[in-house]
Amino acid sequence: MAVPLFAFEGVGLVRDGTVVLDDVTVDLPDGGVTVLVGASGAGKSTLLRCANRLETPTTGRVRFRGDDLADLDPLAHRRRVAMVFQAPARFPGTVAANLRAVTALTDAEAGDLLDRVGLDRALLDRQADALSGGEAQRMVVARALTTEPEVVLADEPTSALDAAATRRLEHLARDLADDGLPVVWVTHDLDQVRRLADHVVVLRSGRVTWSGPAAAWDGEVGADG
Amino acid sequence: MGEGEVVGWAGLAVSLLFVLVAVALTAQQRLHLGRPIVVALARSLVQMAVVGLALVPIVDPDTPLAWSWAWVVGITVFSAVTVRRRAPEVPGLFGVALLAMGLVAATGLAMMFGLGIFALEGRTLVPVAGMIVGNSMKAAVVGAARVAESVADNRAEIEAGLALGMPPRRASLRFVRSALRTAISPQVEQTAALGIVFLPGAMTGLILAGVDPLDAVQTQLALMYVILAGVVIAALTTGLGTLARLTTPAQTLAALDRSET
Repeated sequence: MAVPLFAFEGVGLVRDGTVVLDDVTVDLPDGGVTVLVGASGAGKSTLLRCANRLETPTTGRVRFRGDDLADLDPLAHRRRVAMVFQAPARFPGTVAANLRAVTALTDAEAGDLLDRVGLDRALLDRQADALSGGEAQRMVVARALTTEPEVVLADEPTSALDAAATRRLEHLARDLADDGLPVVWVTHDLDQVRRLADHVVVLRSGRVTWSGPAAAWDGEVGADG
Repeated sequence: MGEGEVVGWAGLAVSLLFVLVAVALTAQQRLHLGRPIVVALARSLVQMAVVGLALVPIVDPDTPLAWSWAWVVGITVFSAVTVRRRAPEVPGLFGVALLAMGLVAATGLAMMFGLGIFALEGRTLVPVAGMIVGNSMKAAVVGAARVAESVADNRAEIEAGLALGMPPRRASLRFVRSALRTAISPQVEQTAALGIVFLPGAMTGLILAGVDPLDAVQTQLALMYVILAGVVIAALTTGLGTLARLTTPAQTLAALDRSET
């Protein structure tokens, strides 16, 4: 049996006395686009943050390609596991400066990254603050790719984008996955799940209620409460 | 007021009238500072009266110098307690503040007395230590509080850096630097304005006591330079110490309970 990309084993997380994750046990396949779906507060973003070690589970363990995250250096792990957030955080300076935040890149390499995410190379010299929301989110994806990660985690990256920009980012995720870079994508948008997912994990009230291939998903997530 | 005269309790009471104007102004602007001002006045009155009475035997030339050193240790610890109370949301801040204020006191007093700027006596040690530690404490409070606030207020950008594998210190560097500048800048401005905008306390006191103004200036300058260095040490130590205390073993930054601030 193939080693899963991420294996969550009895993961629980309590924050300020509230149970956010409750005994989550699920494997994410090593390939394609896996979508974590659920209502607001279901725990999907927290589960994603556990995969990046921005959160540490209160109980249980998370494995990345078989390795227990607790045994890995957090900083080195994060360079292998890129993460993109809801709002694109732009560092000060130009797009080129953003792309060079943690990795020394030549202009050609930086330009190639912009090509890969569908942005014009001419944007390299533009101030990151001057980008549109959609452009900024793509720049953030390009910045995340500078560490040559083994997976991209995306936490509702289209929640602040218009329909056109959302579709472009979905296509980018599909292209990355088709190029062999697995994507784990969090959303509450059921239509987006249908457009994007190869594999679906449904969360409700901090628990996984369904997991399997997208083709077998009945399209239900249930109400959260 | 003539030479050798003191304000006296009656004069002090008159000076309080001016504070009434301040209270009225803050009330008119609905700043809700009336009660804190009155409490501050009452505390300052009691504390200074107690300090004045306590200092009489301590600075007496016949009293062993050890009592003055004990006083210095006391104000250093109290200053660390004050820093801790001003930023209670930062875990373990007392230790950081004690280290900072201890460093400031040790280096500042070593400069002032080691280089012979003042003769080492109770009547010099106690007030000099008070000025160095007191001014540095303000910077330490601002350093700790502003770093904690900056980390909380700029969480999204800091986490974006962490997610790229940046260490917490690097991910928050921009905000920490800004916080430290905020803590240090007032003392830099005060030093730059020395003699133009205001005549500082020690110099004023010496001149009032009949010391030659040029001698008073030299003394004041030496004090201000040591205070400036102390402010920098205090702000850097508490600011960076606060960041270290907020850094978790998983290389994230702890979420702060801002309700306590």
